[in-house]
Amino acid sequence: MTVWIPLVAVTAFWLLVGAGGPLFVPAGPNKGIIQTMIVLTAVCCHLFWIVVYLHQLNPLIGPQIPVRTIMWIHEKWGDAAGPLVSD
Amino acid sequence: MGSLYRSEEMRFCQLIVEKDAAFNCVAEVGKHPYVQFKDLNAEVNSFQRMFVRDIRRFAELERKLRFLEEQIKKEGITITTVRDNNFDAMNHHEINQLEATLVDLERDVVNMSESDLQLKKNYLDLKEWEAVLDKTDLFFQGGIDDAAIQEIEQANAETEVGIQLRNEKDPMSFSVGIIKRDRINAFERILWRACHRTAFLRYSEIEDVFEDPATGDKIENAVFIIFHNGDRLKNIINKICDGFKAKLYPNCPKTSKERHAAAIQVRQQIMDLKTVMNQTHEHTVKVLNATAANVRVWMKQVRIHKSIYNTLNNFTFDGIGKFFVAECWIPLKDIENVRNALEVGVEKNGSTVKPVLNVLHTEEEPPTYNRTNKFTSVFQSIVDSYGIATYLELNPAPYTIITFPFIFACMFGDLGHGIIMFLAGLYLVLREKNLIERNIKDEIFSMFFGGRYIILLMGLFSIHAGFLYNDAFAKSFNIFQSGWQNPYNQTLLRALEDESILTKKEVMLILPPELSFDHSSPYAYGVDPVWNIGENRLNFLNSMKMKLSVIVGIAQMTFGVFLSLNNYRFFNSKIEIFTVFIPQLLFMACIFIYLCLQIILKWIFFWTVPAEIFGRHYPGSNCAPSLLIGLINMFMFKDRAPGWVGEDGVTLNQCFLNQWYPGQSIIEAVLVLVAVACIPIMLFGKPIYIVLQQRKAKQAVADNMSVRMNMHTDETEVITNGNGVKAETGEHGGHGGHHDEAFGDIMVHQAIHTIEYVLGCVSHTASYLRLWALSLAHAQLSEVLWHMVLANAFAVDSILGAVVLYFVFFAFAVLTFSILVLMEGLSAFLHALRLHWVEFQSKFYLGLGYPFHPFDFKKVLEEAADADAA
Repeated sequence: MTVWIPLVAVTAFWLLVGAGGPLFVPAGPNKGIIQTMIVLTAVCCHLFWIVVYLHQLNPLIGPQIPVRTIMWIHEKWGDAAGPLVSD
Repeated sequence: MGSLYRSEEMRFCQLIVEKDAAFNCVAEVGKHPYVQFKDLNAEVNSFQRMFVRDIRRFAELERKLRFLEEQIKKEGITITTVRDNNFDAMNHHEINQLEATLVDLERDVVNMSESDLQLKKNYLDLKEWEAVLDKTDLFFQGGIDDAAIQEIEQANAETEVGIQLRNEKDPMSFSVGIIKRDRINAFERILWRACHRTAFLRYSEIEDVFEDPATGDKIENAVFIIFHNGDRLKNIINKICDGFKAKLYPNCPKTSKERHAAAIQVRQQIMDLKTVMNQTHEHTVKVLNATAANVRVWMKQVRIHKSIYNTLNNFTFDGIGKFFVAECWIPLKDIENVRNALEVGVEKNGSTVKPVLNVLHTEEEPPTYNRTNKFTSVFQSIVDSYGIATYLELNPAPYTIITFPFIFACMFGDLGHGIIMFLAGLYLVLREKNLIERNIKDEIFSMFFGGRYIILLMGLFSIHAGFLYNDAFAKSFNIFQSGWQNPYNQTLLRALEDESILTKKEVMLILPPELSFDHSSPYAYGVDPVWNIGENRLNFLNSMKMKLSVIVGIAQMTFGVFLSLNNYRFFNSKIEIFTVFIPQLLFMACIFIYLCLQIILKWIFFWTVPAEIFGRHYPGSNCAPSLLIGLINMFMFKDRAPGWVGEDGVTLNQCFLNQWYPGQSIIEAVLVLVAVACIPIMLFGKPIYIVLQQRKAKQAVADNMSVRMNMHTDETEVITNGNGVKAETGEHGGHGGHHDEAFGDIMVHQAIHTIEYVLGCVSHTASYLRLWALSLAHAQLSEVLWHMVLANAFAVDSILGAVVLYFVFFAFAVLTFSILVLMEGLSAFLHALRLHWVEFQSKFYLGLGYPFHPFDFKKVLEEAADADAA
C-alpha cells in the first residue's frame, strides 16, 4: 500500500505547482511567459519522476553484488522479510 | 499573453514630413526601436544620394575624433566612458561649433607632435655630438695616437710590395664618427682590407641607449676613430663610412682644450633643449586631458548625426520638392508612439506643419518582430539561429525556455556537476551589472556571459535530474529507504566469503527481486541506491533511460504537432486541420503513443512472480512481453498465440512473443490500418482541395465575365461583374500564395511534407535515444574519474594519505571541471539544440521570415563601438 504514498504525494506536489503556481504570478508584461514556464516545469519534472518510479515498481532483474557487499547490506539495511535462502 | 508567443503585427506606413523638420523627426524616432525604414532610393549610387555631403562631413569629424583618441591613448590618459540612455542629437549650431573645435584641436595636436619630433631629432644630434667629444678625449688620453703610428709603421714594414703609403710629407690624420654597434666588426674588417692594413681603427661603445624619434626604436651606437695617412685613403674611408651608414664628424677639434670647450657648450645646449621638450610635452598632455573628458560624448553625437543622414538618404521627394516621403514598417502597437515622436520632432523644429503617418496596404511580407527582455532574448536567439519565424507564425521560444534545459538535464544528469553549473550561472547573473560595465571584449567570455540565464536554468534542471538518477560524482545517496534487502542467511554468506578469499576471486550473488525487493515500498524519489553497487547496473539503467528517452521524445513531438494545430487555427485554415493535423496526430497516436502505453502497462502489470494478468496465467519474468519485437510483429501482422501457457498448463515456447492482453491482434491490426490510411490523406488531401478551389475561382470569374461592344471606340471589352464573387478571406501570411501554383508543384510540396513527417516520426523517435546515450557516457566518465583517480588516494594510509589526497583531488577537480562540466556540457547543449531544431520544430515551424531591424541609436552606437574594438 505504501506504493501509493509517494505516487500521490509527488503528483499532488507537482499538481499544486503546475495549477496553483500560475495563479500567483504578479501582473506585468511577462505574466504569460512565467505562467507557461511554471506549467511546463511541473509537467516535465513530474513526467521524469513518474517514469523513473514506474520503472522501479516491478523490477524484472535484481542487482549482482559481491558477497562482501551483501554482508554489509545485511548489517546496514537488514534482512528481507520471510525465510532466508540457504542453499 | 505577450508577443513572445507570436511575432508582432506590423503595418506598412508612409511618412510625410516637411523638408526642414525631417532631421528632427528622424532624430526623435531613432531614440527607440520603432521604425524600419525602407530604402526608396535603392537604384541610386551611394555617391549620388542627397545627403552625401553631410555624411562625408561627419565621417571626416569621426576621423578627427579617432585621431585624437589615438593620441590620447598614446599618452596613457584614460578616457572615461559614460553609459547613459540619452540620445538627444545636438542642434546644427552646436554641431558647427563642434566642427570648428575639432578642426582646431586636430591642427594643434598635429603641430605639437611634429615639433615634438623635431625637438627629439635635435636632441639626438646633440647627444651624439657630446658622445663623440667624450670618446675622442678617451682615445687620445690613452695614447692611442702613438699606438696608431707604431702599428701603421709595422704594417708598412711587412709589405715589401705594398704601396708606400707612409710618406714624409703626409701627416697622420684621423676621422671620428658614429656607427651602429652591430655593424662595427664588419666595418673594421672592410676598412682593414680596403686600406691594405694602413688604417687603424679604435672604437668605444656609447653606454646610453638612444631612441630614434621617428620609429621609437632603441639605437646602440659606438664612437670610432680611424687613424690614416694621406688624402687618398680619406676618400676611400669616406666611401666605406657611407656604405655602412656611419656618420663622420669632420669638425671634431684636434686639441683637447678645444674639445673640452665644445663639450661644455654642447652640454648647455642639451639642458636647454630638455627644458623646452618637457614644457612642450606638458602642454600637449594638458590639451589632450581636456579633450579626453569630451571625446566620447562628441563621438556619440557625430555617430548619431551620421546615422540620421544615412536614414534620410532613404527618403524621396514628393512632387513639389517641399516634403519628404518615407516608407517604413512599424509594429502595430508602436504606431501611436511614432506619431507622438514625430510631433515632438516637429515641435523642436518650430515648424507648424503636422507630419502625416498613413497606413498603406502592401503585398510584401512584413518582417518578424519579437519583443524580448534580457532573459528571453537568449532563448529567442537560439530559435532564430535556425531560422527567423515566418510572419505571425507561432514562436517556439517561450516553450524552449523550459524544454531546452530539461532535455539538457536528461543528458547531463549529475547532482555534483549540476551544482557546479548552477553556481557558475548564478555568479554571472548576480554580477551582471558589474560585468557589463567592465565591457570585457573577450569572445569566449562574452559567449558564456550572454548565455548566463541558460546556464543557470540548465544547472537547476541538472540538479533535479541528478537527484532522480541518484548520481553525484558517480556516488548515490540513500535518503529514502532503499527497497532492497539481503535474502541470504549468514552461513551461506560466510561460506561464500571464505571461498572468495581462497580462490582470490570475488563471488557474486544476484538478489532476486521476488525475495529481496520490498514490493510495497519502492525507492520514493529517484533510482534506488542499490544499483550503484550492483555490477549489472547498466542492464537496469539502460532499460530505464531508453524508455525515458522514448517517452520524453514522443511527448515533445506530440506537443509540436499540437502547436501546429494552434497555427492552423490562427490562420483559419480548416482544410489543413482536417487533411494535415488530424492524420498526423492519428499516425503518431496509433503507433508511437500506443508504444508508450505498452511501456507503461508492462511496468505496472508484469513482475517476476506468477500471477493472473488480464485473465490469463503468467508464469514468470521469462514471459514478460518483449515490446520491441512486439512492435515489429505488429507491423508484420504476425500470428501470435494468445497467452503464455498452453491448455495443458505448460509454458509455451518463446512466450515473451505472445499476445499479452485479450484482443491484442485485432486492436493492433486496426491501429496499423488507421495509421496507414492516414498517409494518403496527408498526401492527397490538401492538393485536391487546392485544385478544387482554383477551379471554383476560375469558374466564378468566368461566370461573371461578359463581352460588350463599346460603341464609341468600336472595340470589344471584357467586363467583370462585381457581384457573386466571394473572395478568399482569412488566408493571409504564407498561405495565400497557393492560388497561382501549378498542380505539379503543389503535389511535390505536399509529398515532401508527408514523407518528411512519416519517416520523421520513426527516425526522430530513435534520435531521441541520444538522451540515453549521452547520459550513459556522462555517468561512465564520472565513474572512471572516481574509481581510477580519486579512489586511489583513499587507499593510502594516515598522513601520507592526506597529502596524496590533496594532490589527487587537484587532478580530479581539474578533470571534472574541464571534461565533465565543460566538454560534456557543451556536447549535451549541442545535442539538446539539435533535438529542438530538428525533431521538435519540424513538426510545426516554417522559419521563413526575415528579422525586423529598426532604426535605433542604441544599436547604431553598439555596432560602431564593436567595429572600433575589432
